[in-house]
Amino acid sequence: MSEFFKIAALVTTASTGIRYATSYLYAAIGETFGQRSGVLNLGVDGIMLLGAFGAYYTTRQTGNLWLAMLVAAVIGLIMGLAMAFVSVTLQAEQGISGIGFYLFGLGMSDLLFQKLVGTPLPIPGFPQIRIPWLSELPVVGQLLFSHSIIVYGAFLLVPITTYVLNRTTIGLKIRSAGENPAAADTLGVSIARVRYGTVMFGSMLAGIGGAALTTELRIFQSNLTAGQGFIAVALVYFGAWRPVGVMYGALLYGLVASTVLQLKTLGVIPRSVSDLATMLPAVITILALVVAVQRERQPAALTKPYQRGG
Amino acid sequence: MRLLSIAGGLLPVAAVVGALLIGAVMLLVLGADPIKGFSALIEGSFGSLKALSDTASKAVPLLLVGVGITIAFRANVINIGGEGQIVLGAMFGTGTALLFPHLPGWLLLPLVMIAGFAGGALWGAIPGALKAYFSVNEILSTIMLNIVAVQIMNFFLQGPWMDPAEVEKGSRIPQTARLPQQADLPLLLKNTRLNIGLVIAVVAAILVYIFLWRMTEGFRIRAVGFNPFASRYAGMQVNNRIVLALTLSGALCGLAGAILVFGSESHRFVTDGSATGFTGSAGFNGIVAALFGGLHPIGTIPASVLFGALLVGANKLQRVVQVPSALIIALNGLVVVFVVSSAIWKRRLDRRIQLSASRANDPGGGP
Amino acid sequence: MKRLSVILVLVFALVAAACASGTSSTTTTASTATTEGTTQAAAEPFKIAMIAPSAINDLAFTQSMYDALLAIQTEMGGESAVQIDYTDNAFVVDDAAAAVRDYADQGYDLVIAHGSQYGSSLQEIAPDYPNTSFAWGTAGDTFGLSNVFAYEAASEEGGYVEGVMAAALSKSGVLGVIGPIEVGDAKRYVDGFVAGATAQNPAIDIKVNYTGSFSDVALAAAAATTEIGQGADVLTGSAQMVTGAVGVAQQDGVLWFGTQADQAQLAPDIVVASQVYEWQVVVDQIISLIKGGTLGGQSFVIDLANGGETIAYNPGYSLSEDTKALAEKTIAGIIDGSIEPPRPAASS
Repeated sequence: MSEFFKIAALVTTASTGIRYATSYLYAAIGETFGQRSGVLNLGVDGIMLLGAFGAYYTTRQTGNLWLAMLVAAVIGLIMGLAMAFVSVTLQAEQGISGIGFYLFGLGMSDLLFQKLVGTPLPIPGFPQIRIPWLSELPVVGQLLFSHSIIVYGAFLLVPITTYVLNRTTIGLKIRSAGENPAAADTLGVSIARVRYGTVMFGSMLAGIGGAALTTELRIFQSNLTAGQGFIAVALVYFGAWRPVGVMYGALLYGLVASTVLQLKTLGVIPRSVSDLATMLPAVITILALVVAVQRERQPAALTKPYQRGG
Repeated sequence: MRLLSIAGGLLPVAAVVGALLIGAVMLLVLGADPIKGFSALIEGSFGSLKALSDTASKAVPLLLVGVGITIAFRANVINIGGEGQIVLGAMFGTGTALLFPHLPGWLLLPLVMIAGFAGGALWGAIPGALKAYFSVNEILSTIMLNIVAVQIMNFFLQGPWMDPAEVEKGSRIPQTARLPQQADLPLLLKNTRLNIGLVIAVVAAILVYIFLWRMTEGFRIRAVGFNPFASRYAGMQVNNRIVLALTLSGALCGLAGAILVFGSESHRFVTDGSATGFTGSAGFNGIVAALFGGLHPIGTIPASVLFGALLVGANKLQRVVQVPSALIIALNGLVVVFVVSSAIWKRRLDRRIQLSASRANDPGGGP
Repeated sequence: MKRLSVILVLVFALVAAACASGTSSTTTTASTATTEGTTQAAAEPFKIAMIAPSAINDLAFTQSMYDALLAIQTEMGGESAVQIDYTDNAFVVDDAAAAVRDYADQGYDLVIAHGSQYGSSLQEIAPDYPNTSFAWGTAGDTFGLSNVFAYEAASEEGGYVEGVMAAALSKSGVLGVIGPIEVGDAKRYVDGFVAGATAQNPAIDIKVNYTGSFSDVALAAAAATTEIGQGADVLTGSAQMVTGAVGVAQQDGVLWFGTQADQAQLAPDIVVASQVYEWQVVVDQIISLIKGGTLGGQSFVIDLANGGETIAYNPGYSLSEDTKALAEKTIAGIIDGSIEPPRPAASS
């Protein structure tokens, strides 16, 4: 057990945890926007998978990683448009339509992979970027400043989106659409347009999250995300619909997961209870939430389609 | 007006047809024959006694989960923890049978079903309590608890509950021993797999209907959903109702889990390490069945039969036309989205029906 | 209103069913050859159905069997001689059982249930179809039924060889293993690997990590990173999620040993060798037996001796002559019995 507390081991654990948290983070931040405006999208995992496949296929065909990210973003936007149409215009029950999108994305990405690619072949990923000078710092250097652009991007999104949500007009519109759509409507905010926008934005980020995953892992295969999209949705609740909170949630989950791996590898967690250990991230996330009693209520209009006139 | 009513009832069906049309296009793209495919789908779900019994068997967990969802929805909570609750019910049922293998059937079987009910209830009560008393959102907790349930299941199946024969042989397949025969669910039709789980599920649906519409407690749950603020003002305890709703919803899922184990082909608890391997996504598909049935316990009965037919038929489609199973999963998703989306037309139709009904009653009109 | 719609739908369904059942054979319990035909001009192809829990292109468990079936089909004369149908991604055990039943109903000659979780269902299904032959893997139990074959891989053998090689090639003296769940084929492979490595170098340090999932690629990658962080410079693992671990190995310049299928394509520079399952060695025998009238009752093992397991060296990695010789010597030793890899223990 003392092995775990060696600096090198702790740094590896933390750094792995950060990387593991990255693909959740993109999707979760995107979902935050949607939920803030009142729309729940449970199909995030499926959209991630479609985005991941799009990015993977593009990379295999062209070798251009940035084009791949773009393709994933576009796929996300399209799926978001569909989801918005179903949730906002058709006012379908959001929890379930999300599951439908998930199944569709899961099946389609696998089908396309089987038919267009066939066998798992690797793709290159984004290179590690060592920020000059900062990455030379002991401990912190490897921990914070030696990741790929994908990781940096995810964490940079946090302050940017926080700013947008809290300090811009559009953020205000988003929040009002989620809290009190009737009032916002009378003030001239087009609830439908706001929600379309946030859902599409959120799906775009989910697609990018999938692309992030596939470029991090440098491969694609059936059900690559293995449920990460659902965890991303759960993290939005954990983060009380604030990007910063979502980031903490993602980090908590990722760090616990990588700690468990480290302890398993060191033999501290015996093989006989290996399964029980695997569920620790989930358990700890719930416990953390119980302990830190939520003051924030959820957006009042979450999952409620808006209809003018009641 | 009658015409409108018929149209309303057929809307979900039309939605399914719409999704299947897209499926037909996908089949064409893959080079498969859609006509052959869809006749396989019908044959596989309705085309023989065996197919019908397969459909009915598939419908049982959907019905139970769906009925549970109708309770939860009426109380304004979303229960997406069905997968975990099914697993817990299966575990409690299995554990009971393993603990008391020598009880006579007339005692063991009901005991096992009750245990399943209890296991699911527990797994619904936890998120219920977390929401009511700690304001932990139920979507978060149920997603997490689904994960936890799988790991607990794996722990038991790979450890204390592993078939001693497997341990002895060294093959260590994670499954239980063949569970006591007295606990086998009796078959309704010989040479099929249709068992009394169907009866249990239908009875449960009727009981829930009675509960929600004819009993005070059920009325309170419906009231909470309808207007939580008014209920609070009237002194009713919203929190307890939420816990109750999630507990009941989970309990029905748990019952489904027990039925899945004791009505299974293998008469053991076995899976591949995931929840879906055991549940077949009943925890999610059951929610769709509930919506398909208008969120009404009785309506969920035909809805789950139809949805079960779709699932069974789609598997047959895959086998006959030899497309990758991934297509079937995507098709499942399309059906869900289409059915759920069709609800708006149904609501509009319902409103028009109401309007024309009130006009019929009061032709004079006037404010 | 609801009642009316229900009646309408049921009527529709029954009408459709009546039409449908007119066009295909109705099913009963016993299987018979499909009665398509009239005079047999061409011989009926030998019909094989495979049910497997993951995708046929998973570069692991399922693909190994599918590739074997394709090889047999080519060998026996193509699609007119052997028809292969499959249901993949059948991870829902109940649905897989229904598929097994259905293929048997449709008169397939051989139904392969390629997944150990299917066994308990097969035990109930097989007696209902005495004229159909079933094969079940990976396992050794035929349930005492005369129409069930069982097959498994002695993956500990290739694991042992690769363990020896890994220990020989490791400069840091630390090896890493990423496994799914400690059961079945994966356990055998890992146990063999550990034994082989320890035999080659008793001081070797092996980090074994069972991630708990067959499919979680990201978790496998994280596990690999963790093990590399503890000094592992050679990795191995089993199940389809290892692609994540291979990716990490490629990035960090760490060597990889594969199993179940040839994984060289995943990382042409660092994959040293893979233990490839050549199931056709076994399926060939099963088909001959079926054609000769024996529908089951035997179990088969693929191992190094019968060529069912081969070590495929990656031509893209320049393996030193010494190590290769060491590997060949180990293989020979296992085949002639002088080296005993750990066999699945019947525990007491």
